[in-house]
Parts: sequence; structure tokens; C-alpha cells
Amino acid sequence: MSSELIFETAEHTALREQARRFARTHIRPHAHAWDEAEEFPRELYRAAGEAGILGTSYPEELGGSGGDVSHVHAISEELVLEGHSVGAVVGIGSHGIALPPIVRVGTDAQKRKYVPPVLRGEKIAALAITEPGGGSDVASLATRAERDGDHYVVTGSKMFITSGCRADFVTTAVRTGGPGHGGVSLLVIESDTPGFQVSKRLKKTGWRASDTAEITFDRCRVPVANLIGEENQGFVPIMMNFATERIFLAGQCVAIAELCYRESIAYARERKAFGKPLSGFQVTRHKLADMATEIAAARGLLEACIARHLRGDNVTNLAAKAKNCATDMLMFVADEAVQIHGGYGYMRETLVERLWRDARLYPIGGGTREIMNELISKTEGY
Amino acid sequence: MKILVALKRVADPDNANKVKIPGSGDRVDTTGLEWKPNPFDEYALEAALRLTENGQQPKTRAGEVVVVTFGPKETETTLRAALATGADKAIRVDATDDQLDGDLVARALKTLVEREKPDLVVMGKQAVDGDSNQVGQILAELLDWPQATFAATIEEEAAGSVLVGREVDGGVAKLRVKLPAVVTVDLRIVAGASVYSTKTARTFKYNEGVRFAALPAIMAAKKKPLTEVKLAELAADTKLKVTYAKFQAPPARKAGIKVKDVAELVDKLQKEAKVL
Repeated sequence: MSSELIFETAEHTALREQARRFARTHIRPHAHAWDEAEEFPRELYRAAGEAGILGTSYPEELGGSGGDVSHVHAISEELVLEGHSVGAVVGIGSHGIALPPIVRVGTDAQKRKYVPPVLRGEKIAALAITEPGGGSDVASLATRAERDGDHYVVTGSKMFITSGCRADFVTTAVRTGGPGHGGVSLLVIESDTPGFQVSKRLKKTGWRASDTAEITFDRCRVPVANLIGEENQGFVPIMMNFATERIFLAGQCVAIAELCYRESIAYARERKAFGKPLSGFQVTRHKLADMATEIAAARGLLEACIARHLRGDNVTNLAAKAKNCATDMLMFVADEAVQIHGGYGYMRETLVERLWRDARLYPIGGGTREIMNELISKTEGY
Repeated sequence: MKILVALKRVADPDNANKVKIPGSGDRVDTTGLEWKPNPFDEYALEAALRLTENGQQPKTRAGEVVVVTFGPKETETTLRAALATGADKAIRVDATDDQLDGDLVARALKTLVEREKPDLVVMGKQAVDGDSNQVGQILAELLDWPQATFAATIEEEAAGSVLVGREVDGGVAKLRVKLPAVVTVDLRIVAGASVYSTKTARTFKYNEGVRFAALPAIMAAKKKPLTEVKLAELAADTKLKVTYAKFQAPPARKAGIKVKDVAELVDKLQKEAKVL
């Protein structure tokens, strides 16, 4: 650790140890192969479910393991650090954005139906907000859901859906009402619904072990019972979901950067140039020192944000800041890590090369860097 | 069945490249190393848990597992983790590694066994730091109990015995040991069907490896009993029989050479390596 964990308890430490062991046995041996194959085996969901990892932060009565966002972050950090596959970690974690709206505003029947099988790793859940025609502008989404008796008829398409290729159901933002955010609802759409189609399996720069889909809905008949929360009231749960998603994303940034840093230290000690190890050169040591400093700063902000979130503060503003701080930090750290590794850093078999590709997602996904700044501007009240 | 599992905390063997030996050569410097349970002892715990439950309902205990470690206060983390994994009770014998050798640990364990009265003592075949491979065997001798070492399989039998499979050259040797007994385990003990308890259906297969503890189990482990015992309470004579004379890092490997054909290879093996 490049910094002490002052916000965590002995339970977090114990949980981190379990997560490390899980990552070492179930992820690390396959990390490179999964990136090349652009998929990891579905069995990993079940293993993670059985280990209680997927259930973290979900109530025990729904098959969860209890705990909160801080526990999710601790586990995900260790999975990245020890497992070396960001793609697999975000893949098995896709329910982290798909289930919370159901847990928060869903009915008891919906919770019982959808949550436990996902936490056991038997079913895969994804969240679909972004569309081919627009992502950041949530209030303008165009996928229509027309009421027809006790069904909605859904037509439209969704883009960049993490775990979408294999998802058993997708928590989907649809337009049930007029234009703007007041016409948006959330529907659970099961993938075996006639008209549901994975229209494209997307090929990405990074996060390659996780599958990413474009999904089209062609007159999908979805029972009204699958409406999450009230009709036309989907915007608020979507926004609430974003705050925790940003905490998770910032946490991944810190974990990936920490891994880049550790790999760089090891390489700088081992690689020799002009008769001494790279770490013998001040220029390398200062690069590492800058990386460590940036990581510590982003970690500090992230932990403060988690602590405030757990205290019940509204962290819309702070989570946006934490995300931007962490993504900027990661872009810098991952790039320096590649630089320290030189030619090897540009090669596909080198871990930091893959992490550098993974890093590029973060200023885009879960709300772009620019949208974060808009949120910050709005909440600061300029 | 009541089982005592001896568990040692070791410096992470995966970080072997970080192990340093000071110039004096009097010890191995463990500062900055990550600590974790000796993997073979983790396998022993997994085997013990499998023997004391119905595999289909692992949350309901059908027996008792007591874990014991010799170590300073910090090793309670290792014990809590073992409790989270499913052990019922933990004992820490307060001592540091430099105060211990295999003989003393075995003698202290003997007293603990007499107090706890387990039906079976299970431990790893050896700890991956010192690789001494002594404690189980000495303990069995001191207790005058049967022993089965390097177990790859354990089957509980109705008649107060266990059938232990050990992999030997050219096959598997099966030992029937009457309880109480001491069994030390090898890594195959955590394969899916390596351990059979009379409580679990014959057809049941475990996941390969050591089970994981989720958050609720970690929370529950805080309430399980963990007691501290002084080493002197267990062994009147705490003098060490094994002393380490000197530690030395293995010599660094020299760069190899390429030979152009077999004749040159044989020539070098004869004249330079002098092994032929």
C-alpha cells in the first residue's frame, strides 16, 4: 500500500485478504488470456457469488453479504491488485449498477425475483442507459415504451452495455412519457423477451475481458410488473445510481494506478541501463514519486467521499470531483508506467500496457469528464 | 468429531524475492513482508471443516474445529480469518518465532491436546517458511497416537477410525488409523472429493480449494471465542533443541551457455561440470 487505510476497520482487512485469495486463485492465472479472448468464463460469476463477493453491500434477506460501499471498494481494489484483470472485475461487478435501482425503489416481489439469483452468480444483470444517439444527455433518451394493456411495448436501442452480451436481464431506462427527464422510467427487460437482440458485440480498446453490447428492442413486450418505481419517475434513481457508480469507478482508478505503480517499481529495480538499475536514476525515482503522490491524493479524496456518503451526505458534487481527480490521476500514472517500461511497456504481454488501455475508459464511462465538470459547476452554483 | 488444527502464520512465500538475509547471517529479515497463513495449514483447516459438516449445509456445524497458532498478538488476525472460514474456537499461544522450534511446538501442542481432547489433530505437512516437516510427527510420538502424514485423502469411517490416502511412488498407500490420531495434509486434500465425512452424501463434490469467508462470516467471527495461553503454561521446559547456525541465500544463478551439438555438451559435462 502506498498509503495507510485510515477509513477502514479490521473487517475490511479480513475482507481484503479473502478477496486477494479469490483473485489469486480464480482470476490471476487467466488475466492475460481473457483479455486476448475478450471474454471470461461465465463460471466466474458463480464462483464470486459463492465466495460472497457479489453479495457485498446487499441485504442478507436478499441473499447478500451485508456491508456497504466501503466494503465493495475494498474488495474491488484487491481483485484488481491481485487479479490483474480489470475487465473481469468490472464484468462480474456489472450488477453493481444494475441492481441498486431495484433494491432502492423496486417492489418486494421484484427484489425477490431479480436480486438473489444475481448475487448467487446464476444470473447476469446489466444496466442500460446510454443509446447510440447519445449517452451523457440522459434526459433525451429515445427508447420508447408504449403502454398496451398490462405490458409495455419497448422499441429502441442501447449502447456500450457492460455484460450486455450475456445478461439475463437488463435494467433499462426507457421513455414512457413526454420529452425531458420527467418522461423517463426504469424497466427490467429479460433477455429472452421476443424482440430483445444483442445487435452487436463491441470491440474495445480496454476492459477487454468484459463483454460490451449494443442491444436493440424490437417491439419487446415487457410486463408492467417489471416497472421499477413509479412511471416517469426513473430519472432520480438513475442519478442516485450514478453517485455510487462514480465512487466505484474512482476506486477502480486508484486500484489500477496502484498496480501500475507497483509494477513500475519492480521493473525499475530490475531493469538495468548504463550499468545500473533504472531506479538508480533520479529521473525514474522522481517519476515514481510523482505517481505515488497523485495516487495518494486521489485515494484521499475517494476515501473522504466514501466516508461522507456513508454518513448520509449528498455526494453528487464530491463524487464527480473524486471521479475526475481519479481519472486524471490514472491517465497520468498509467502513461508514466508505460514510459518507465519503455519498449516492453508498448507490448501486449506487459501488464501495464493492458492497464494503460483499461485506463482510457475512465474519463468517458459513468459520466464523462466534461459531464462531471457540468455537475460540479451546477452544484457549486456558478 | 472434535478436531484440533494447528495453523502457522508465515511470510508470504510468493514474495520470496523480497526475503533478505543480513550480513551477520544470523536470521532471515522478515520486515516488509506480507504475512499469511501457511497454505498447507489452510488446507488442513478446510479438511477439518469438511469432516465436521454436511457439505450441503456448511453453515450448520456438525462437529467442532479448534484452531491454534503460536505467535504474537498480530497473529490473532490469522485466527480470526480461520474463525470466519468456519472454525468454532481459537487459541493463541503467545510466543514469537525465534522462541520456538518444532520440538517445543510439539511439546506445547501435546499439553493443549490433553486439555482440549480432540479426536483428531490435523495440520499442514510442513510450514512453507522453515519447511521443517517435524511437528506432526513429533506430536504423534509424544502422544503415542497413530500418525498419517502427507494425506491426499481422508475418509471418516464409522468404527472410530479414518482411512488416509497418501501418494507414494507408483501409487496410493491407504492407512487406516484409529482415532485419536494425528494427520498432516498435502495440497491434494482440497480437491473436490478428497475428504469424506459420514455427514455428507457420497456423491457430493466440494469446490476445489479452500473456501472463502464472506462479510457476515467475518462479522460473526468477532464473537467466536479466542483465548490466549502462555507458552510456559504448556511447556515447562522452553529451551530450544534446534538452533540455527547460519542463514545463507542460495547462490545467484550464473548465465548459461549455448552449445552447438551433443558432442560439445558431453565434452563440457565431462571436463567443466565434471558430472559425467
